[in-house]
Parts: sequence; C-alpha cells; structure tokens
Amino acid sequence: MQKQAIFQSKLLPYALVAPQLAIVLIFFYWPALQAVIQSFLLQDAFGLSSTFVWFENYIELFKDAAYFEAIVRTFFFSFAIAVSSLSFALLLAVMADKPLRGSMLYRTLLIWPYAVAPPVVGVLWIFMLHPSLGVLSRYLRNMGIDWNPLLNGDQAAALIILAAAWKQISYNFLFFLAGLQAIPKSVFEAAAIDGARPMRRFWTVTFPLLSPTIFFLLVVNIVYAFFDTFGIIDTMTRGGPGTSTVTLVYKVYSDGLLGGNLGSSAAQSVILMVMVIVLTGIQFRFVERKVTY
Amino acid sequence: MANVTLRNVRKTYTGGFEAIKGVNVDVADGQFCVLVGPSGCGKSTLLRMVAGLETVTGGEIDIGGRVVNQVEPADRDIAMVFQNYALYPHMSVFNNMAYGLRNRGMKEAEVKTRVDEAARVLELTPMLERKPRQLSGGQRQRVAMGRAIVRQPKVFLFDEPLSNLDAKLRIAMRVEIRKLQRRLNTTSIYVTHDQLEAMTLADILVVMNGGQVEQVGNPLAIYEKPATTFVASFIGAPPMNLMSTRIDEIKSQLGAGEAGILGIRPEDFVITEQTPAGGVALPLTVEAIERVGAETFVYGSRAQDEQRVAATPGELPPGEVIVRIPGSEAPPIGQKIRVAAVRNKLHLFSGDGRTRIEA
Amino acid sequence: MVEEEGFRRYVAHAILWIGIAIVAFPVYIAIVASTQDNALIANGQMSLLPGGHFFEVYYQTIFVGTSGSTREPVGNMMLNSLVMALAIAIGKIAISIISAYAIVYFRFPFRMPIFWIIFITLMLPVEVRIYPTYKIVADLHMLDSYAGLALPLIASATATLLFRQFFMTVPDELLEASRIDGAGPLRFFWDTLLPLSRTNMAALFVILFILGWNQYLWPLLITTRDDMQTIQVGIRKMITTTDALTEWPIVMATAVLAMLPPVFVVVAMQKLFVRGLVETEK
Repeated sequence: MQKQAIFQSKLLPYALVAPQLAIVLIFFYWPALQAVIQSFLLQDAFGLSSTFVWFENYIELFKDAAYFEAIVRTFFFSFAIAVSSLSFALLLAVMADKPLRGSMLYRTLLIWPYAVAPPVVGVLWIFMLHPSLGVLSRYLRNMGIDWNPLLNGDQAAALIILAAAWKQISYNFLFFLAGLQAIPKSVFEAAAIDGARPMRRFWTVTFPLLSPTIFFLLVVNIVYAFFDTFGIIDTMTRGGPGTSTVTLVYKVYSDGLLGGNLGSSAAQSVILMVMVIVLTGIQFRFVERKVTY
Repeated sequence: MANVTLRNVRKTYTGGFEAIKGVNVDVADGQFCVLVGPSGCGKSTLLRMVAGLETVTGGEIDIGGRVVNQVEPADRDIAMVFQNYALYPHMSVFNNMAYGLRNRGMKEAEVKTRVDEAARVLELTPMLERKPRQLSGGQRQRVAMGRAIVRQPKVFLFDEPLSNLDAKLRIAMRVEIRKLQRRLNTTSIYVTHDQLEAMTLADILVVMNGGQVEQVGNPLAIYEKPATTFVASFIGAPPMNLMSTRIDEIKSQLGAGEAGILGIRPEDFVITEQTPAGGVALPLTVEAIERVGAETFVYGSRAQDEQRVAATPGELPPGEVIVRIPGSEAPPIGQKIRVAAVRNKLHLFSGDGRTRIEA
Repeated sequence: MVEEEGFRRYVAHAILWIGIAIVAFPVYIAIVASTQDNALIANGQMSLLPGGHFFEVYYQTIFVGTSGSTREPVGNMMLNSLVMALAIAIGKIAISIISAYAIVYFRFPFRMPIFWIIFITLMLPVEVRIYPTYKIVADLHMLDSYAGLALPLIASATATLLFRQFFMTVPDELLEASRIDGAGPLRFFWDTLLPLSRTNMAALFVILFILGWNQYLWPLLITTRDDMQTIQVGIRKMITTTDALTEWPIVMATAVLAMLPPVFVVVAMQKLFVRGLVETEK
C-alpha cells in the first residue's frame, strides 16, 4: 500500500490533496448527504416548506407500481443489452484473434463506436428506424411488421436495447480481444494436439479461460445499462410511449425535474446509490480474483 | 576527504525488529571498506543509514568529524551507486550525471567540465546523449558510477553495484572500481554478499551476520584467522571444513571435557599416508570429483559419522569433507584415501563457534 | 497459434466484415442523410447514396444552426463541448496526480481516511446525486458556466487510483537517488515523476476527453442559455419539436460533427486509447 522511501513534510501532503478533497466534499459528499436528507422530507406544493416524514417517501415508492415496473424494466434492459452485446462482441473478437491478414485494420474499424455519445446513438437509431421516414422501417413494413416504436411500447424497448447494445459492442470487443490475446497460444496448440476440433477448442479451452473477462464485462455492461442509457432513452423515446422505456435513472430525472417531486426523486437517488455500491462491491471482489487468476 | 565512524549504531523498526544491533566500525580517510554477509544480515540497511536513507535509532554516524544522524542525504556530501543503478530513465546520460550538480546550483560551464571529465574516465563520451534504456548493463553501471564521481563527494557508497552484471563483466568492473577509487582516493563503503568481491576490494573488511559485526579487519588477516565459525565458513570458497573434534591432541587445548570445533580449509589438506606431527589426518571415501582446470575439488565422506557442527553458510553435510588439490589428477570415485593437514593450518573454535581458540 | 485452412479463414474474414458493416451502417446513413434535401427525407424517400447538399448543410449547421427561433450555431456548441471536455480531462489529471503523489510518497495523519474519502466517490456517479448537486451549483452561481459544467465531474477516484498504482511501480531507488542528488519533494515530482508519468497521463487524457465530450445528463440540467449548450444537449433539442419540423439533414450533420472529435481521437491515438481504457478499468 505504501512506499518504503518517502518524503518528510508536514504541510505539503495536505496542500497536495486539498484540491481533490475540496471538490469531492463540495460536489460529491455534500450532495449525497443532501439526497439522503431530502429523501426523508416532504415538500409542499409550492416548495416553500418541508416536513420530516421518516420513510414515507420510500414506502410510497415501493407501493408505487410504476416504480416497481421501472426496477424490473431496468434489470431486463441491462441483461438484454449485456447478453446481446457480449455475445456478438465475443464472436467478433474470436474471429479477430485468429492469425488473419489485416487484423489491426479490423480492430480499428470495430472499436471506434466507443467514442459515440449516447444521445448521438439515440439520434442515429431513431433516424434509421423512425416510423415514417426511417430507411430500415420500409423494409420492416414490407415484411409485414407494423413498425411504430413511437406508439408501441415493446418496439420502443427493443429499439433501445438494440441501440444500447450496438454502442457497447466496441468496448466488449476490445476487452475480449485483450483477454484472448492474454491466453498463451501454447494452450490452443496443446488442445489441437490433444485432438480438439476448433469448435470444441472454443468451448473447452477458450471459453473457460475467458470466464474472468466475461464476468467482468457482464458487471460493467450492467452498470453501463443502468446509467449511460439515459442519453439514448432521452433522445429516442423520452421514456415513452407511456412509461414503457422509463428506467430508474430516467425516473429520478423525470420525477425530480418534470414532476417536481424532490422527496421521491431523492429517495430514488438513495436507492440507486445502494445499487451502485452493491455493483461496485461485486466488481471489486472480482478484480481481486482477477489478480490471483 | 573524510573518515567514517560508526559508534554503537542501532536500528530498531517500529514493529520491534532489530535490524542492526550495535555496530562499531572505523573507516579511515581514503580507505575502501567492504560490508559483507549473507542476505538479511543488515549490511544494506547499515549502508543506507550512512547515506541517510534510513533513520538511525541508536548510536552515532560520523562523517569527517560531523555527526550526521539528523542530516539530509543531500547534505551529507556522499554519493551512492545503487544495485539497480536508479538512473533517471527519461534523462540523457549527460543529464543523469549533471542532475545532482545542477540541483546544487553549480554553474553550467563547471557542470559540463565535470561531466565531460567523468565521461572520459569512464569511456562514456560517445554515449552522453543517449537514454539509459539505449545502454548495455555495463554501460548503465558506468553511468551510475559517473553520477557518483562528478559530485566529488567525501564518501562513495556502493550497494551491491555489480550484482546485476554477468560474471565476466563483474570481474572487469571490480578491477575498474578499485583502480578508480585508488586514483580518487575517496573513502568508500561497499556492500556485497560475494566474498570474492569482498576479499579483492577491501582495505578493511566487515563481516556481518544477524545485524551484528562478526569480525573487522584486513581481508587476509580475516582469512587466516577467522574469529568465529561463521566467518570461517563465509570467507573462502569452497568453505572451510568444520567438524566437531574428538582428536585427543586438540582436545587438550580446550578445558577438560569441553567439545570444540575443528576447522580446516580445503586447500590445506594434502593426500598423504603420513600424519604430520601435531597435525590431523582423516580417512575418506571419495564421493564426487569436480575438475575446474587448474584445481580439483574432492568430496569425501568420513568413515565414522561425526556430530553435526553449528555453522550456517556453506555448511557441509555431516561427515562430508572438501579437499582442494592442484591440477586435474584425482583419485577415482569410491576409492579410500587419507588426507592430512599440518598443525599451523588448523583452526580451533569453542563448541558454540563464537570464539576462536589460538592453537 | 493453430493455423487454419483456407475455408475457415474466409469465414472469419466474412464475419468480421459483417460486424464492421453493422457497426458502421448507422453512421453511414447519418453521413448520407446530412448531404440530402430535408423534404425528401421527411417523405421517407431518402436515398442510400450521398446527395449534393454537403456544403450548404454543413455551412448552415456550423455557422447558423436550425431554422427555429431558438437556434444556435453548432460551431459554438462544439466550442462549449471542447472547453468542457478539456477542462474535465486536464482538471481530473491535475488534481488526481497530485493527490496520488501525496498519498503514495508521504506519511501524514489522516492519510488513509483521505484515501478512502476519495475512493468511495467511485460509488457516487453524478446520476445518483443529481438534484442536490444542481442545487449547490446554483447556489454557487455556476449555472450556465464552464466551471459549473466541469467542476462537479472533475474529481475522479479512478484517475487517483491509476496514478497511485503507477507510482507504486516506480522503483524506490529513484527517489533515493534524487534525495542524494539534492532534490526535494516538489523537485522530484516535477523532474522525475511527472516525466515518467507522461504515457499514463496521455492514455488517461484520451479516455477522459472522450468521456467529457460525451457528457449528457449534467450539461442538460445546468445549461439553460442556448449559447452555453454542449453539442450533445443541442442535438437533442433539435428533435424536440414535432416531427414535421425536424430538419433531419442538420440533425444528422450535427450528429456527424458530434462524433468527429472523439472518433478521431480513438482512431489516431489507438494505442493510448486502448491502454487508457484497459488501465482505468483495473
């Protein structure tokens, strides 16, 4: 944790940590504390006075069917995005890991979507699959599908999952490729000599050796789907139609800003905080395992 | 120009571990002092205390008549060569050597003169603009040396400076370090675990073990009269043969009934049927032969199993004896031979190995 | 590696090109749309080949904006995004590297509590403290300012951890040699540690720049003035009006312009990008 060779100084280290400490206390801890306090308060309609209501905001939340739906929806989105994006990225990474000509070019051409911002992703996909003018919607309609994600909640959800998974492909691809390249090639050679055909080699050698990477990416993708999909949802559907694409983060935003219900929004923030702590905890436990692996 | 004196120097870590248990050493001006011992004996810690990189928890360190216990490393007027050289990877060879001079506010013209001179001496002139990673191991070692000599300090400190080099280069650099030190006549303290390096470099040799000094003195004097069984087995290769003694004549040197330890260096044995007067003779069975060209090592086992002798480094298994003979002629494996050593080549120690008994 | 016969190799090439096509298609459509006439697009008659309106569309996008009443030139939005992204990236690196330096190279009272205070912020992303943070920024009169955009996003436990981890790998002897060479703590930091951290800083900069440029929720909340909008917020506002009025070529040109800087950074500095990404996730 610490060096043997160090400097002796009384004030300098405090001066060095001061800027970060100040920002962290002002913009992280103070707001987080406010969120916790706020979540125990109920404001009147004009925002002029507030009363301490203990856990009423939380109880209201859990009695609220819409909130419960948002939780289920968020987890469903997370898993759907993670699984679809991970499997496609793994397929590409396994192909790109082969000794092919131009493999560096493939990598470059596959990783750049990482840099596309979520709202832009939303714009790109809603444009392609817009009910009236989307270039792909024509084909869907020709296939006999009544495609209108702006009115059909299931289609809206599918569109969001598709767009969010698309953005995540490059990230997953990059980590899968790194994971694959970290496996000693001699292991594959040994498996080949042991008579395993390529498909069998993949399931008996590659996949098990890659499992730490897969688990790591699963957690990262779930966190991504929790938070970073906000921009995609906000540009594509704004939570609609109805509430069919409202996730937990989107609900914090819309209940607080649009609904003006700060107490409930704060209680939702606190619940989200707990979820992040759990997810981060899982991630760190895993990081420790990765080190020993 | 300075002498270095350590007076009852101690180092106890916060956990209570005693790394240095009271060391007294006096290095005269211009002398080359070597600290030698097995790993963990505290020799590097002691050197780092002289450098000011470790605090002193007891006693005094005196450089040139000034107690430096509380003085910053930069103000002790010492220079140090590290085991891994600790060159600044992002600076050129020139800047590596110039850094310490510039930090002291030296004029750039003077810096250049000094660095160029050091580079010339160390044959680094063509490499002054290179980065450390573009140099070979031996060249890096020279840069580390150069960084020390440009400073013209009172004392040079070397922390196993040759241990990262291959065997051939190590010998060459050893000679060079010694020549350089003679020429500059700068007091030097040198840490190594290699007894050969220690023997060849030292004016004054300090053998350490377990945070304590076992013996201080001229290297040859130590070789000839080791004060303890530890020193006896650490200095000299292959190590001195140590065996608990049951030989009557030698026993008479000890108090009645006391067990003692007899030591004989491998090179002091001769294969002979005779027993020299006052000397000892051992019947051996040849177990193994090592021919290295100019000499041959014969590993023999004694017929009757002797008691185990307390000596840590290079300890022989009970009953095994190494004999060094010149040339490559050697008895065949399995043959029974008889070896003998004369009286004045015998070393006698008390039963715990801590005291030498003069024969 | 096990060499494979021709057929399997062709399959691999084919799968990779299909993957590239899937990844690139939405962007291709955006580029094509940004060169076409809006009327055609609004009718669902968009061509899949580039049109001839490239210059006029991009000129209008960058220097004028949409035809609406609250329009804002996208060039200005890009400038806002650039300032915010640079402020976040440089600010994070600066404050993280000095705090990591203090934590690794000094021993002082409350060192570990301070480390934990910084570390725990990993669990407080802006989304979970959004309104209280908004309120504080408002109280500090930093709404619609670059400081308000950047400061709350600037503290980063990840960067501090990364630098801490890197400093731990720097040999102790380098500091000891510096001390013997007469360098104090600030000198050692400036002359030795900072130059050695260059690659790490560059890799981190690449990642932080992209993340900063792509910020959305926070700028959305705290910018109310049109001239303080970042490009990510601006593009969303362009499609808030009813469908019929959305000027799709301009929206798509904005999307292309929003992608351009971060994608350029990824492609041009691929090595640093990959390194930064892998390091920050450790």
